Amino acid sequence: MPLPIHDVLGIFSDNLRTRKCVVPLSLGKVDAWAKGLDIPFGGETVLYTGQMYQLVPAINSMSAMMAKFENSWITRFFGIGRVLNRISNISWFMSGVDGKEQARYNSMLRNIAALLKTAGVEFGYLYGKELYSGALVYDVGLDDVFSEHAKRVYRVFKENGVKRVITVDPHTTNMLKSVYPKIIDGYDLITRSYLEILAEKEMKCVKQLHLELVAHDSCVYTRQEGIVDEPRRLLRAAGAVIHVPELSGRLTHCCGGPLESLFPGKAHEVARKRVVQLADCGKSIVTMCPICMANLRRAANNTLEIKDISEHLVNGYCEVD
Amino acid sequence: MLKADVKFVERVKKRAEFNATACINCGSCTALCPLGIDLHPRTLFRYVLLGAREMVLENTSNIFSCLLCKMCEDNCPADVPIVENIRALRNYINRDVFRLIRG
Repeated sequence: MPLPIHDVLGIFSDNLRTRKCVVPLSLGKVDAWAKGLDIPFGGETVLYTGQMYQLVPAINSMSAMMAKFENSWITRFFGIGRVLNRISNISWFMSGVDGKEQARYNSMLRNIAALLKTAGVEFGYLYGKELYSGALVYDVGLDDVFSEHAKRVYRVFKENGVKRVITVDPHTTNMLKSVYPKIIDGYDLITRSYLEILAEKEMKCVKQLHLELVAHDSCVYTRQEGIVDEPRRLLRAAGAVIHVPELSGRLTHCCGGPLESLFPGKAHEVARKRVVQLADCGKSIVTMCPICMANLRRAANNTLEIKDISEHLVNGYCEVD
Repeated sequence: MLKADVKFVERVKKRAEFNATACINCGSCTALCPLGIDLHPRTLFRYVLLGAREMVLENTSNIFSCLLCKMCEDNCPADVPIVENIRALRNYINRDVFRLIRG
């Protein structure tokens, strides 16, 4: 039996309503990445992670488990799982997170903060007050639940005097730039991706990368937000040679990520297709989205080196200790 | 035989935007879909416009399989808002079938 769509969506919906995230993270995991960076709390301009990078390790282990459940007898008991989840967060039991993996995704956020500081951008962070953007719940059409949550996120920004938001991943960028303004009256936050900001700053490269990279563009950045050239400009200016598969830029091929929670098998098939296209162009892949990175890495199964763009940019533009 | 529910489109549109009248049935969406031939937006939308609720619901799995990657929409010659239409159908199913949100 396939995974029961109704029950999986029910769990996401319940989690967002009551725990403010589709896969709630334990206390302290949301802002652990910022420890020791001396980023001030709040301010008019904040770095908003939308918890996406922090969530990926939990999503990874959840997806691995869902892939095992798919087409098994366990799917019959998802309804019971949903009832239990209302009492106690079952995703904590399901998603045992690999500590190394969590540290790597946290380091990507540290890279982004370091890059912004090097570029002379002043920003704060909302630490434990920061909420997930609700992107997944919007995508699956749970509009009432999403709308209520989006208003809550906006309220947190307004209560803390935020006027400008710097986002770090395509899904959160799309929510704040293009979706929230349609559903929140008087919405006035100015949102920009850190890649747009860095590309504008014309930063000086401190170390030539001498790398040949294959760019996997994000569907959301390219087709929804028109962010195509910025990542390439930044990488090229740091000395990287960029190769692109035939399907790239506005024609980029999806990584399969959006399906991982409901149809892990199909998600894997789409990712496999993309991995083959990327592998034809080279062995070092650069992604702009943590979901793309996670999904492609699973499908590539260590046959390719897949890194987040921040992992390259930090080497090119920041003085690393 | 196809059973038509004349109020179906209205129910879909009640809480979400659905607009497929511009579809010229050219098949670009199907050809470009990274998922291959499983999902046919043009067929699905025709069912909605015809009021074929049961045929749409038979495709629930396909509706929720859409990646929302916009490859089809970005290349649609008739500018059909395919992704928003798919989201509208998901919203309808969440309301009227799964009862996860209010109707």
